[in-house]
Amino acid sequence: MFIITCPFCGERDQSEFSAGGEAHIVRPKQPTELSDDEWADFLFMRKNIKGIQFERWNHAHGCRKWFNVVRDTSNDKIYAVYKMGEKPPSN
Amino acid sequence: MSENFRSTETKFLDKTNRISFKYNGKKYYGYKGDTLASALLSNGVHLIGRSFKYHRPRGIMTCGSEEPNAIVQIGGNGPFTEPNVRATEQEIYEGLEASSQNCWPNVKFDVGGINNFISPVIPAGFYYKTFMWPKKLWYSLYEPAIRMSAGLGKSPTQPDPELYDHNYLHCDVLVVGGGISGIIAASISADNGNNTVLIDDKNSLGGSTIFQDDENFKIDDEISSVWLNNQIKNIKNKKNLIIKHRTSLAAYHSYNYLLARENLGDHKSLNERSNKLRQRLWKIRAKKVILATGSIERPLIFNNNDRPGVMLANSVKKYIDYFGVRCGNKNVIFTNNDSAYETAISLNKKGINVTIVDIRNYSSSILVKNAKNAGIKIYWNHTVVDTKGYRRIKSIQIMEMSNDGTNVIGSKINLVCDNLSISGGWTPMVHLFTQSGGKLKFRDSDQVFLPNIAMSDQISIGSCNGNFELDDIIKNTISDCKNFLSSSTTDFDLIKVSCPKQKENKNIWLLPNDKPLGKTKPFLDFQNDSTAKDIKLAMREGFRSIEHVKRYTTTGMGTDQGKLANMHALGIISETAGVKMGSLGTTTFRPPYTPLTFGTIVGRNVGTFFDITRKTPMHAWHENHKAKFENVGQWKRAWFYPKGNENMDQSVQRESKAARESAGILDASTLGKIDIKGTDASEFLNRVYTNAWSKLGIGKCRYGLMLNEDGMVYDDGVTTRLSENHYLMTTTTGGAANVLSKLEDYLQTEWPELDVWLTSVTDHFATASVCGPNSKNILKKLFPNIEFNDETFPHMSFKNAELDGIHCRIMRISFTGEHSYEINIESKYGKSLWEKCMDAGKEFNITPYGTETMHLLRAEKGFIIVGQDTDGTMTPIDLQMDWIVSKKKYDFIGKRSLYRSDTMREDRKQLVGLLTDNPSEILEEGAQIVQDEKKQPIEMLGHVTSSYFSPNLNKSIALAVVKNGKKLKGQKLLVPMKDKTIKVTVSDFIFFDSKNERLNA
Repeated sequence: MFIITCPFCGERDQSEFSAGGEAHIVRPKQPTELSDDEWADFLFMRKNIKGIQFERWNHAHGCRKWFNVVRDTSNDKIYAVYKMGEKPPSN
Repeated sequence: MSENFRSTETKFLDKTNRISFKYNGKKYYGYKGDTLASALLSNGVHLIGRSFKYHRPRGIMTCGSEEPNAIVQIGGNGPFTEPNVRATEQEIYEGLEASSQNCWPNVKFDVGGINNFISPVIPAGFYYKTFMWPKKLWYSLYEPAIRMSAGLGKSPTQPDPELYDHNYLHCDVLVVGGGISGIIAASISADNGNNTVLIDDKNSLGGSTIFQDDENFKIDDEISSVWLNNQIKNIKNKKNLIIKHRTSLAAYHSYNYLLARENLGDHKSLNERSNKLRQRLWKIRAKKVILATGSIERPLIFNNNDRPGVMLANSVKKYIDYFGVRCGNKNVIFTNNDSAYETAISLNKKGINVTIVDIRNYSSSILVKNAKNAGIKIYWNHTVVDTKGYRRIKSIQIMEMSNDGTNVIGSKINLVCDNLSISGGWTPMVHLFTQSGGKLKFRDSDQVFLPNIAMSDQISIGSCNGNFELDDIIKNTISDCKNFLSSSTTDFDLIKVSCPKQKENKNIWLLPNDKPLGKTKPFLDFQNDSTAKDIKLAMREGFRSIEHVKRYTTTGMGTDQGKLANMHALGIISETAGVKMGSLGTTTFRPPYTPLTFGTIVGRNVGTFFDITRKTPMHAWHENHKAKFENVGQWKRAWFYPKGNENMDQSVQRESKAARESAGILDASTLGKIDIKGTDASEFLNRVYTNAWSKLGIGKCRYGLMLNEDGMVYDDGVTTRLSENHYLMTTTTGGAANVLSKLEDYLQTEWPELDVWLTSVTDHFATASVCGPNSKNILKKLFPNIEFNDETFPHMSFKNAELDGIHCRIMRISFTGEHSYEINIESKYGKSLWEKCMDAGKEFNITPYGTETMHLLRAEKGFIIVGQDTDGTMTPIDLQMDWIVSKKKYDFIGKRSLYRSDTMREDRKQLVGLLTDNPSEILEEGAQIVQDEKKQPIEMLGHVTSSYFSPNLNKSIALAVVKNGKKLKGQKLLVPMKDKTIKVTVSDFIFFDSKNERLNA
């Protein structure tokens, strides 16, 4: 049970949030032009890293806003939190 | 009258408060502050229970939460009964009833004791090896027999009448453990201005130092217990320190989130605790955590080391020094270290006969010198090779050891005793540290695992951090706390400590014996009856990983979770395999540290508070009219309204006939409603639904199908265009919350450029759906100002209206196939709207119908229910709903997936209708469908998704998903049931009014 700093509401308990999987997977603008494999890659393939992962989280029981989190999946340490559309931190 | 073993005065018990309790039906007395164990020992009762597998007599071994043997059933036979309670932790109260477990007919004579004599044929893995064959005996013989002998205590059969609670606690510093190091840490922390919480699982603070009454242990020139007592008085007055007694830390999760169980009632009589909380679960979030959980003494592993009267040495010391109870009249202390000499000296001071057997050949400690000076006989370099006495230890046999410690030499010496106090050194309690994700290191010098790398802001201090001597404990605690809490000075900076130092160490995990291992019973896990030879057997059979050996031998899998056994299991494995102990790792320490009751875990969330119940504004009316309710998610929906003695079938047949023949009314308030506003609302709908929305006129309604990005049907519902940039979307009852969050996700992350705003208005509007040929006439009466003709108010359109001055939205839409209107009104007027509809419909015999009739009516029309006729693997094409999938739109959610090779397959499971050859036979929903019963293996083509007897068609109808179903129309298929096979014909799935004449009637 970790603590997430919502970029809109501040520090809150994990139980207020829901996880949304890997971040920065952009929905293709022209899906019809993709091959089955390319579309499947967007649709199904996720990295599921052990270590530092960029993830989407939703403050589901709060402001309902989506945002990004940089988390080490092996120890739940959170390195950064940033809004949708913002660039991920480089280090 | 049995002998009184309460031999000395003690300041820790309230001797004016004598308490009676019952154990195995017999009345005994103890004092307030006694544990059940200390009270029983004071009455000379050692035999407490029978062991799990061999039913060997077992007694009290310890004085704390690590107790493997003395677990009892308390609270009699009624609802207050509780199994597997540790007698060493349970405080006695007036009227306490306790009894032995796992024995029949009683603990002194137990039939299961036969297992002890057949033990050579029931080794580790006995169950796995024996009950493999013949297969047919499993259900008739093996399983019932195993179930009968399984388990220790008896579960209560009645609901728990006691109250439990959950509460949150936030603090700067949490100190876990109220021993000397925890007290110093809490004191430093509070003085440094931190909001500090100190929790301890006992009823008073002080740990094991509080009964340390020896001139050799001094702090600031006072005996350690005297000094500590003053500190305890001191910290009770500190303003920013909260002390919680009888509070046991159950779990330590990441980010310093901890769960602790506070015991508020277990030590009180049933009268005192009625209507009061029994236990409270604290959910603690601490900025910093200081673990001072201490250590527990290790047993020694030798032949027959499990008899009643064999106890841990430090526990014997606590019983005499704290509770004033002697555990025997003739004591032998068997040790590999100096700490057990403290017990010997304590016993000797009280005039109790004591002898020492030490596996070492020398110790230079002052404690040893004192013991010698007191005239205590010490057998150096000796080990115990056997013990005698069935229900209580009577004597032991000792032998000298060879120099390398692997053998015994010379002749046996017999020592008569009624207590054997054993000490194999100390194990730091690192459970909580590892639960929090911390990594351990192994210290070779005294063979202990110690905290190494912590994953959160915490430190371990005192003996749980491997400091076993008073001066190390105090000095390291002070310096570690100063660093951890960034405090420059403390009250303890000038502290002076003196204590004896342990110098000689000798550790042998499995002590040598004159008999071969196979002829001995050296127990490791006393509760689960696993011995050193079980471990070796598992290794001979090829198990190497500690996790595997644990499960195969069940070592460490009892209610005590192997607090005593695990280190020895590791030690014996590493010795046998010839690997370094530190490289083996440990088994995983999982929460809870000590067992929690279900009551504590669920707290107040029982009965009606188990889950939220959502009721529509019309709920009271439904109740008054005897509706039966169905759970749909958290909603209570009216299921059917039985009249007189009608059963469900009869009600549904009547309701559905009435709806088609004249008028029916349904409470549709539970449907999800999402208010959509913004200049891009139309474009947004275009992207989320499969059909086109741009051209939907203001005041018109349209049915939409929503897919997942994988192309599978996700939700459906009718959306109404209320004005240029304002829509009202309806969703399925169960899908409302998920649809909203899915739409929010797309809006916020994929399409932030769209000007669209979503608001859930499910609870804001109540909806009455009036259907049937007379629905128009009823609406006319209610809304005289509205023109209800097909030109001005056609099917799939909407009008604003007023009912007695209250605004309503009327949608002419239909889920039944009948001419029908849905009237939406602000929730608080819902019941009134419903009653007005009923009044106006009276002359047309308006009939309220429930969800079951709704399901039947829509099935007649072949309308799907998402989640019943679909299961997340159905595309719109599979549902034969190609008509709703726009070919023109460039993109919508899930569109690309409809063109994947798998979704384009022609032989996917597809929605079809099924008609039974015998029209009165009704299929079972979920029944499998096959073509050829004889083919092996039989091929499942699909299953029935919806099935009813249609009163309007006077025959049975069903919807089903069938492989390649579109092409099977007209063909015969089979539905095999348990006792018969039903013949069916694949049909169109619209059974009724396929031309939609009634909708526009």
